Amino acid sequence: MELNNEHAPVLSVKNLSVKFKMYTTGAKQRDLEVISNLSVDIRAGEVLAVVGSSGSGKSLLAHSVLGILPRNASISGDLQYNGEPLTPQLQAKLRGHEIALVPQSVSFLDPLMRIDSQVIGTTATREKQRKIFERYQLSKAVERMYPHQLSGGMARRVLVATAVIGEAKLIIADEPTPGLSPDLARETLQNFRELADQGAAVMLITHDIDLAFQIADRIAVFYAGTTVEVANVADFQGDGSQLRHPYSRAFLAALPQNEFRAISGFQPYAGALPEGCLFHPRCKYCTQECKERTPPMRELRGGEVRCIHAT
Amino acid sequence: MYKRVIRYAGRQSLRSLSLLLAVCVVSFMLIVSSPIDPVEAYLGPDKNVSEAQRQSIVEHWGLDKTPVERFCIWFDNLLHGDLGESITYRQPVARVIGERFVASLWLMMTAWVFSGVLGFLLGVLAGVYEDSWFDKILKAFCLILASAPAFWIGILLLSVFAVQLQWFPLGMSVPLGKLAAEVTFGDRIKHLILPAFTLGITGISNIAMHTREKMIAIRQSEYMLFAKARGETGWQAVWRHGLRNVALPAITIQFASFSELFGGSLLAEQVFSYPGLGNATVSAATKGDVPLLLALAVCSAAFVFTGNMIANLLYGVLDPRIREGEVSNHG
Amino acid sequence: MGNLTANRGINRRKKMMLVVGVSLLILFAIMIIGNRIEPDSLVANFSEKRQAPSAEHPFGTDTVGRDMLYRCLKGLSTSIQIGLISSLLGALLALVLGLAAALLGPKCDHVITWFVDLCMSVPHMVLMLMISFMLGGGTKGVALSVAVTHWPGITRIVRAEVLQLRNAQFVLVAEKLGQSKLRIAVRHILPHVLPQFLVGLVLMFPHAIMHEASITFLGFGLSMDTPAIGVILSESMKNLPMGMWWTALYPGIMLFGIVAMFHIIGKNIQALLNPYTGNE
Repeated sequence: MELNNEHAPVLSVKNLSVKFKMYTTGAKQRDLEVISNLSVDIRAGEVLAVVGSSGSGKSLLAHSVLGILPRNASISGDLQYNGEPLTPQLQAKLRGHEIALVPQSVSFLDPLMRIDSQVIGTTATREKQRKIFERYQLSKAVERMYPHQLSGGMARRVLVATAVIGEAKLIIADEPTPGLSPDLARETLQNFRELADQGAAVMLITHDIDLAFQIADRIAVFYAGTTVEVANVADFQGDGSQLRHPYSRAFLAALPQNEFRAISGFQPYAGALPEGCLFHPRCKYCTQECKERTPPMRELRGGEVRCIHAT
Repeated sequence: MYKRVIRYAGRQSLRSLSLLLAVCVVSFMLIVSSPIDPVEAYLGPDKNVSEAQRQSIVEHWGLDKTPVERFCIWFDNLLHGDLGESITYRQPVARVIGERFVASLWLMMTAWVFSGVLGFLLGVLAGVYEDSWFDKILKAFCLILASAPAFWIGILLLSVFAVQLQWFPLGMSVPLGKLAAEVTFGDRIKHLILPAFTLGITGISNIAMHTREKMIAIRQSEYMLFAKARGETGWQAVWRHGLRNVALPAITIQFASFSELFGGSLLAEQVFSYPGLGNATVSAATKGDVPLLLALAVCSAAFVFTGNMIANLLYGVLDPRIREGEVSNHG
Repeated sequence: MGNLTANRGINRRKKMMLVVGVSLLILFAIMIIGNRIEPDSLVANFSEKRQAPSAEHPFGTDTVGRDMLYRCLKGLSTSIQIGLISSLLGALLALVLGLAAALLGPKCDHVITWFVDLCMSVPHMVLMLMISFMLGGGTKGVALSVAVTHWPGITRIVRAEVLQLRNAQFVLVAEKLGQSKLRIAVRHILPHVLPQFLVGLVLMFPHAIMHEASITFLGFGLSMDTPAIGVILSESMKNLPMGMWWTALYPGIMLFGIVAMFHIIGKNIQALLNPYTGNE
């Protein structure tokens, strides 16, 4: 059934929108749009970092791809896996196997189940588990442990093991580095780089762009529930003049090594999105047209950008 | 690692003992302040008792001493195993309690298992199938059960099954008129069914609803989300993760229900004239039988503490986070 | 690929508020009606004794010919009133103690928690029995015993809430600004605790009423002449062998009805106030 078209990206997301039904004051209901018109794709063998500040809905992107959004969520848009439409049925078949999630922390593990049972899951075998533990230097003692007994580094490797044991072709890593020492973080990210080098497609979701620089091939910049720019990691070097979107440049400028130069304002919340271009209230190039229409994503100099003034 | 559990249990026991002591004191105070005169209650309507005889009764029971002195005497006796003599039964209190304890235990344990197992199963199903027709029916059913007074349900059951249909006896724990040696196990069961059902049925609501809530919370937990992300289907995830995580809170609730169980037995035994501890408590209070009432109050507290203690121990043993402690350093 | 749910008309929140409103009306009505029943309607009338339900006596009559419907209404009204009063008193006490435990330092907390544990060590029925015994039965005994057995639940809830709130930013700021403890408690903490307290209070009513009926049934509450539901049901037990099923069924149904209504009100208020379930 899988026509593995080598030219098609492993995952292609076009105009994804995710809405939640919520109650506001009193008894009124309304829809909260958390992700709007998001487009991004990932090819085999590459690491795509999805970067944005906290609260921009990055985890929801992961959950949408896996098909594990909560009940009061509704999604629209076009998801494709290897050129095939990614229907809920296909998602159910692939998740945990070809499409795998590496979660943030051990709180995503069953606190009452031993590690070996959890890594083996429902489909793998003990031989595979032993091999993978060896590969990631997890001793036999870890097998009988419970999640709360794992140290930070062990936990990281166990979580990666759960994705690898299913021989995933698309790995989504949701914030894998918070709370880790720089060495441990680098080590974790190396694991992902290796997986990409072995042919998997890796989506790395993080707010720590510095670390993303180390292993990513391309970076998608996330703002207020949508992507505003997708660029090669090379464009982020130097002073960022190669970047296309004002927010990407501002993001780069605000990093510690660039002396924390921040722009005014803050990222709007899902319930209070501005009309037109989502960034226009904070943008110095804003014109009347920016306030009226949401710009579509367009190709520019080998990358993509969502801005009518970008050059 | 079990040392930790034992130490924890030890601390809990000390705490329970101190509370039990306090229960003794407070119960004594309450009961002794009653306007019911035990001497009157003992003598009954027969007033042909001379003043001197009355005075000797008062002295015999120590009623002429101060409350504090009386408490110390009572407590001292208690520690030696002497619970006093029951006014209504004219027997040592310990013997009265001992005879009825077994009957009550049968009743309470049957009801406890019945409500626990059924409540757990229903709660898990409702939690998994949240908002389904089954869930809605169960919620309504539990609302009905929680709102219907246990003794009224007992009366209805008695009326329908014992009076009208005559499937079950009208009460007591053994058939009237039969010699003790002739009473069969079947007889006992027949006399047990209606009271146990009455006692258990109201407990189902509490356990089912709590289990349902916990199950729903578990289904929304991060590890269930991750299980789904790993391709585990609904019931697979429930079986692998849900059940073990819901079992712990369910056990706690079960053992915490000892209090309601004993309290409910007062009503159930009254309706079915079942000769257990509950019935004895009510008649002791009605007839002003102070020694018996006091002893029963302390016993009920001890029963509750036992339940709590077992719950704590079990939790300590079954939850690896308590059993095996903190992060290790190897691997 | 969407799964947008269509608007189903009156949404859940509005339904809940409607249910709460109607239930309150009914309960209020019963209370008023019961209060205004003439004592004449409750008098024994031997010519009409032991009648099964009919048009004239919708709930039948008892062994001395009293109309069951009027007795039930009166009894319900009494139960509601006693239940409300004892619950309110108990809840107010619990609120004060809960606040005190959380705000007046660890020693006070220890003492109050110890008392909570003490009251919860003895089964409710047994404790109520002992308190009624101490007061020699009667309405005061019932009301007091209901209050004493139920205050720990609310105190725990209040204490837990306040302990959480105590470390909230706005409270710490108020303390820094030098506001007195009482002022902080009333102006800042109380409004946040009230929703949970309210839910606890409303959920306490059905328990109070049931316990009052139970203790009366056992012979310890209101005197045997007053038309209380517990008394009526206790009498009905003697009537069962005579096949007078209506003396047990109807009073029980009515008691069940009002208890159920209080439960429904409580559950709905709880769901409305809970920010997590409020988004379904």
